[in-house]
Amino acid sequence: MPVVTELFKWEGTKAKLNTHFATENRQFGSKMTDSKYFTTTKKGEIFELKAELNSDKKEKKKEAVKKVIASMTVGKDVSALFPDVVNCMQTDNLELKKLVYLYLMNYAKSQPDMAIMAVNTFVKDCEDPNPLIRALAVRTMGCIRVDKITEYLCEPLRKCLKDEDPYVRKTAAVCVAKLHDINAQLVEDQGFLDTLKDLISDSNPMVVANAVAALSEIAESHPNSNLLDLNPQSINKLLTALNECTEWGQIFILDCLANYTPRDDRESQSICERVTPRLSHANSAVVLSAVKVLMKFMEMLPKDLDYYGTLLKKLAPPLVTLLSAEPELQYVALRNINLIVQKRPEILKHEMKVFFVKYNDPIYVKLEKLDIMIRLASQANIAQVLAELKEYATEVDVDFVRKAVRAIGRCAIKVEQSAERCVSTLLDLIQTKVNYVVQEAIVVIKDIFRKYPNKYESVIATLCENLDSLDEPEARAAMIWIVGEYAERIDNADELLESFLEGFHDESTQVQLQLLTAIVKLFLKKPTETQELVQQVLSLATQDSDNPDLRDRGYIYWRLLSTDPVAAKEVVLAEKPLISEETDLIEPTLLEELICHIGTLASVYHKPPSAFVEGSRGVMHRRLPARTGSGESTESPDVGTAAGGSAPEAAPSIIPSQGDLLGDLLNLDIAPSTTTGPPPPTTGMQMGGMDLLGGGLDSLMGDESEPLGGDIGGSPAMGAGFGVAPAVMPASLNAPVGGGLGDLFDLGGGVGMPMGAYIPPKTVWLPAMKAKGLEISGTFARRAGVIQMELILTNKAMSVMTDFAIQFNRNSFGLAPAGPLQVLTPLGPNQTIEVSLPLSTVGPVMKMEPLNNLQVAVKNNIDVFYFSCQYPISMLFVEDGKMERQVFLATWKDIPNDNESQFQIKDCHLNSDAASNKLQGSNIFTIAKRTVEGQDMLYMSIKLSNGIWVLAELRVQAGNPNYTISLKCRAPEVSQCVFQCYEAVLKN
Amino acid sequence: MSDTTVRLSQSRRRRDENTAKMIHSLFLVNSSGDIFLEKHWKSVVSRSVCDYFFEAQERASEPENVPPVIPTPHHYLISVLRHSIYFVAVIQSEVPPLFVIEFLHRVVDTFQDYFGVCTEAAIKDNVVVVYELLEEMLDNGFPLATESNILKELIKPPTILRTVVNTITGSTNVGEQLPTGQLSVVPWRRTGVKYTNNEAYFDVVEEIDAIIDKSGSTITAEIQGVIDACVKLTGMPDLTLSFMNPRLLDDVSFHPCVRFKRWEAERILSFIPPDGNFRLLSYHVSSQNLVAIPVYVKHNITFREGSSQGRFELTLGPKQTMGKGVEAVLVSSQLPRGVLNTNLNPTQGTYTFDPVTKLLSWDVGKINPQKLPSLKGSMSLQAGASKPDENPTINIQFKIQQSALSGLKVNRLDMYGEKYKPFKGIKYMTKAGKFQVRT
Repeated sequence: MPVVTELFKWEGTKAKLNTHFATENRQFGSKMTDSKYFTTTKKGEIFELKAELNSDKKEKKKEAVKKVIASMTVGKDVSALFPDVVNCMQTDNLELKKLVYLYLMNYAKSQPDMAIMAVNTFVKDCEDPNPLIRALAVRTMGCIRVDKITEYLCEPLRKCLKDEDPYVRKTAAVCVAKLHDINAQLVEDQGFLDTLKDLISDSNPMVVANAVAALSEIAESHPNSNLLDLNPQSINKLLTALNECTEWGQIFILDCLANYTPRDDRESQSICERVTPRLSHANSAVVLSAVKVLMKFMEMLPKDLDYYGTLLKKLAPPLVTLLSAEPELQYVALRNINLIVQKRPEILKHEMKVFFVKYNDPIYVKLEKLDIMIRLASQANIAQVLAELKEYATEVDVDFVRKAVRAIGRCAIKVEQSAERCVSTLLDLIQTKVNYVVQEAIVVIKDIFRKYPNKYESVIATLCENLDSLDEPEARAAMIWIVGEYAERIDNADELLESFLEGFHDESTQVQLQLLTAIVKLFLKKPTETQELVQQVLSLATQDSDNPDLRDRGYIYWRLLSTDPVAAKEVVLAEKPLISEETDLIEPTLLEELICHIGTLASVYHKPPSAFVEGSRGVMHRRLPARTGSGESTESPDVGTAAGGSAPEAAPSIIPSQGDLLGDLLNLDIAPSTTTGPPPPTTGMQMGGMDLLGGGLDSLMGDESEPLGGDIGGSPAMGAGFGVAPAVMPASLNAPVGGGLGDLFDLGGGVGMPMGAYIPPKTVWLPAMKAKGLEISGTFARRAGVIQMELILTNKAMSVMTDFAIQFNRNSFGLAPAGPLQVLTPLGPNQTIEVSLPLSTVGPVMKMEPLNNLQVAVKNNIDVFYFSCQYPISMLFVEDGKMERQVFLATWKDIPNDNESQFQIKDCHLNSDAASNKLQGSNIFTIAKRTVEGQDMLYMSIKLSNGIWVLAELRVQAGNPNYTISLKCRAPEVSQCVFQCYEAVLKN
Repeated sequence: MSDTTVRLSQSRRRRDENTAKMIHSLFLVNSSGDIFLEKHWKSVVSRSVCDYFFEAQERASEPENVPPVIPTPHHYLISVLRHSIYFVAVIQSEVPPLFVIEFLHRVVDTFQDYFGVCTEAAIKDNVVVVYELLEEMLDNGFPLATESNILKELIKPPTILRTVVNTITGSTNVGEQLPTGQLSVVPWRRTGVKYTNNEAYFDVVEEIDAIIDKSGSTITAEIQGVIDACVKLTGMPDLTLSFMNPRLLDDVSFHPCVRFKRWEAERILSFIPPDGNFRLLSYHVSSQNLVAIPVYVKHNITFREGSSQGRFELTLGPKQTMGKGVEAVLVSSQLPRGVLNTNLNPTQGTYTFDPVTKLLSWDVGKINPQKLPSLKGSMSLQAGASKPDENPTINIQFKIQQSALSGLKVNRLDMYGEKYKPFKGIKYMTKAGKFQVRT
C-alpha cells in the first residue's frame, strides 16, 4: 500500500467536514448511506479522525470508527490510528465493540505492542454475563495473530471451552484451531487438543461439528498425530450430530467420515444408510461430500447385495441435479462426475442426455460435458451422441468445435460398432470445407485407421482432395502418414508426397519426420518409381537439416536401405500395434485416490491430493477400502497360478507415452490426438532409437535370426516389443555406441546425444546352488518411460527347464510385472537366455525395508524359487519430472525443514554442466543454476512414478571433488535412496 | 535466477506461517476489473493475487467464461459471477471448491436480502454493514451464521427509517441479544415471532430446459422445479404439506427444516418453517420421464451460396399447455457473424437486431392460438462472403400462469402447534429455463 499521505488529498477544511454529516442528515433518502464514509478521504483526514476517535461523544466516536473501517475495506492504510481505535474498545455498545474488533484483527499484526493494550479488555469480555460478548471476545482474540497475545489467551480459552453456553463452546472450538495455527506447541502443552476431542461427545450438534472441523484442520498440519481417532463409538456420535447440525457442519462431518475405514461390510452399509439422506440436501457441497462417503464405502459392500443396487440407483439423481445449478457449481460437479464415471460407469449410464451441451453454456462447462459424453458413449446411445457431436461441430467457438470433432474420432475408437457411422459423419464434416473442421477430422481419421486398419481406406480419396487446405502441422503430418501407410492404394502417392517435399525446410519437425518415413514406406512399396524421391528426402534429412532427430532417422533409414532392403521392409512396414480404446483414462491408483477425495481441489484438477495439501501430510495415500469378510490372503506372492496369472488385476490398458521405441522409429510420430499426457521427452525418443538399433540390428546382422516382424507382432505391449529381442546391451548406451553398431552408424559423434539413463551392471540375484540349477542375474532399466527388469536366466542343471513364470511380493512402489515372463522356448542345459520384463507401478503397495527392496518369486517346471533384490530408485523417475520454477520455489518453501536431508558425494570429477547432463538422462531435471563465489548451485526436481516429488539442491565447488546435496521431499524416507541414485549416476 | 534463489533461502528461514484452511480472503471485482471491496478473515493477502484472475478474465471471450477455479503459485482463486460482480474467494490449500462456491452464493443472497439489490453501488453504500455481515458469516474461514433469519437478528438490515432513528437516538443496528435460533433445535427460526395477519404462501415454479432439434423433435427436456415459500406465522407453527402426486418427486433437495424421515415414509412434507421467505424444496423431473413441450417453433433460416441475402421465417405456436395461455414470450437468437442486417416483419410484438453483437430479439408477448405470431423477412449478408458455417440456435422464454408443467399439485396444507387460523395460498407457474431450438 502506498503511504497514507498520498491517498488523502487535502481539500476541505475542518469546519466543512464537521458539518458534513449534519447536512446529509437533513436530506432524507438514498444519500443516507455508508458511501459518505468514502467521500471524506482528504489529506489530514487522519488527524481529523484522531480527534473524532478521542471525542467524548459516543456517537461521534462510532462514526469515526466506521469511517476508519470503510477506508480499511477499500485497502487504505489506517494503521496509524491504532492506539486511538483501541481506546474505543472499552464500551458497552456492542456495535462499536465489534467495529473495533474488526479493526484490531486487521492491524494487530503490524502493531504487536499496541495490540497488547487490548488484552485486558478481551480477558474481561470473556467473563461477561452475555454469552454473545464472551463468544465475540474469544473469537476475536484468536484472530489476532500476535505471538505475545497468545499466552494471555490460554486461560480465557480454557474457560470458554467449558462454558455453559454452547454458542461460546462452539466458538472456542474454532479458536483452538486458530491458536494452533499460530503456536502449535502451546496448544499441545496446554492440553487443548484433549479438550477438543472431548467436545466431539458434546450434546450440542453444532459444537460437535465445529470440534470436528477444528480437529480436521489441526490434523492436516500434524501428520502423525492420532487426533481424529475414529472408532465405531465416535462414528456413531458423528452420525447423530450429522442429522442436526448446520449444512457447513455436515460438510465437515462428512469429510471426516470419509477418512474412516469400516471394519466390515455391515458397518459400511449402516453408515451408508445414515448418510444417504444427505443426498437430498439443498447445499451442493453437502451432496458431493455425501457422494464421496458413499463412493468410498460402497467399495466394501458385496456386489450381490440388494442394498448395493439400491445405493447405485440413489446416487444418480443428486448428481444430475447438480448439473442444473449455476455454471460454477456445474463445473466442479462435472469434474467430479468425470471421476465417478470412470470408476462406476453404471451409475450414470442412462443419463447421457443431461450432458448434452446447451449453446449458451460457458465454454468450461461445454468442454467438460463433452468429455463425459464420450466416456458414457456405448453401443446403446451412440446414435444420439453422434447426432449431438455433429451439431456441436457447427457451433461458433473454434476450440469447442475442434474438441467435438475429436470426440467423434474417440467414439469411433471406443465403440467399434459405431466406427462406420463416425467415419461417415467425419466425411460429412469434411464436406463442409470449414478449414479447422477438416484438419481436425483428418487427424482423427488417422487414429481410426490405426484402430481399424484396412477397413475404411475408401475414404482416402476424399481426404486427398483436401490436401491443399491443410496448414496445421498436426493435420499435415496425419495426412502424410495416411498417404505413406496406404501408398500402394494411392496412385499418385509419389506426387502427393513430392508436393510436400518442396517446402521441406519450412515444415515443422513433426511433418518432416513423418514425410521422411512416409517416403521410405512408399519406396519400399513401389521401389521402381520412387528411387529419386527417396534419395532426395534422405539427403534433405541427413545433409541439409540440423535437427538431430531428423538426421538420425535419416541415417538409420539410409543404412537400412543400403545394407539390407529386406530387413528394412520388415522394420519399416512392420505391423503396428493397435491403439487402445480409452487413451485418456486416469491411472487406476490415482483414480482410487481421487475417488477418496471427491469434492476437493484434487478432484477438480485430477491430480494427486499431495500436490495440493501443502502442509506436511507426507505420503498418506488414500486407497479405496478392500472388500473384507471373505478372508482371502494375498500376503505371499503366489506363483501357483498359471504363467499368465501374474498380470495385474484387469486394469484398463492405457497408452503411456507415445514416444515408445516402436512408435517412434517406425512411423507413429503423431501423438494420437486423444492423449492428454505431456509429450515424451527427447531422451526417451533417442533411447528408443538406440534400443531398436541394439535389438533390431543384431538380428539383422546375425545370420539366422528370426524375422523381426514376428517379434513385433507378438509382443504384448508397445514398450516391450523389442525388449524381447536379445542383446540389449546397457553398456552401449553410456559408452559411445560400440562394436559393430558404432561402425555401421556414426551416430555417437558430433550430434550431441543426451546421455542415457544410468543402468546398474547386472548382478547375480539367484545363484544356481540355491535354485536347483537355475541362475538368475539381472538389473533394472528405464527405457523410453518403461521400467524393465532385465534378466539373464542360465540353466546350469542337467535337464530342460520350461514353464517360467514370475511374481513380485507387494513392495514400496507397487512394482508388478506388466506381462508374463517371455521365455518362449525351453531352456536347455547350459543355455542362457536374456529376458526383459516390462514392469508397471500399479501393483499392490507395501512399505519395504530398505525401501527399494523387491521380493521376487520365479517358477519353472521344477520348483518355485524366491530371491530379493534392490532396484535403483532412479528407474522410477518419470519423464515429466521437470517442475516449473515457480512451483519449485513454492514447493521448496512449503516442505518443512525437518524433511530436508543432506549428503556428501565424494570423489566426483564432473563439472556442474556435465553432472546436470548426466542426471538428466536419468530424469533428474535441472531447473535452475546459480553460481555464487565459484560454487555452482543446481536446483533439480524429480518425480517418482507414484507422484512423490523430490527437490534437490546440488552444490558443486570448482576443483573440489566432493559435492554436497540437499534433498527435500514430503516423504523423507525416499531421500536416502535418491541420494544413492545420485551417487550411482554421477560416478558411472 | 539470482532473485529466485534469494527468495528460496529466505523462505527456508521463515517458518511457514499460514497453513490455514478454508476461505482466506474475499475480493469483489466489478465488470471493469476494479477491486472495490476486500475482506480478509486471516492475514492479509495482497491484492496482487487477483492479477491471475484478471489474466483469466482477459483471456475469456465472454465474462461468464472465466473459469471458476484458478490456480496461482500459492493460492487458489474460486469465483462466481453474479449481478455483474465477480466474487473472488482466495484459498490457500485444499478446500472443497463447492463449499466455497456455496458460501459465495450465500453471500450474494444475503446482500440481496439486505439491500434489495446486489450491485456495486448498493455494496459501497452499505460498506460497514457488508463488513459486519462478512465478519459474522465466517470465522477463521469457517461459516458461522449464514441463515438470513439469524443474521437479521445480529445485524439489522438498513432501512431509511432506522438510519434516521439511529442518527437521532445514537442507537445501533447491531442486535444486543444472542440470536435465539442459533442453538435451538430449529436453528433456522427465531423465537417470539408475532404477526397480526398470519399467512403462508407457496409458489410452485417450474422451469423447463429443453433442446429441440431442427425437425422439431425433443432431444432432451427436463424440469427444474422449486417451491418457494413466504411464511409469516406467529409462534412456532408446525406445517405439513401433501401432494396429489408425490411420486413425481423422486429427485428432491430440501430445506434443512424438512423432516426427511417423514418424507421417506409418507411422502409428506412436515416442517417448522423459517420466518419469512425461503426455498422449501427444489426438485428435478428428468428427461427419463416424458416432459410436455409447451410451444413449438416452425423455422426456415437459410443462406444460399453466392447470394447476399438470406431468408428468415419463424412461427410460434402452443403445443401442450394444459389449456393455459402462453405469455411473456421472448425469442432471441445469435445470428451468424456474416449477417449484416435484417429486414423482418413481426405479426405482433417488436423485434430488434443489434448489428454489432448480431443478437436478434423478438418480444412476442402472448401467443394467440387463433392467430399464430410469426416473424418473416430477409437478412442481408456481407457481399461476396461465403455462406455462414454455423446454424443459429433460437432461445425462447415464456411463462404459463396457474400451471405446473410436470402436473405437480399440492393436496393440502395443515398447521399444528398454534391455535389461530392462517391464511393459505398456493400459486403455480411454468417458465422457460434454457429452452433452445436448433435450426
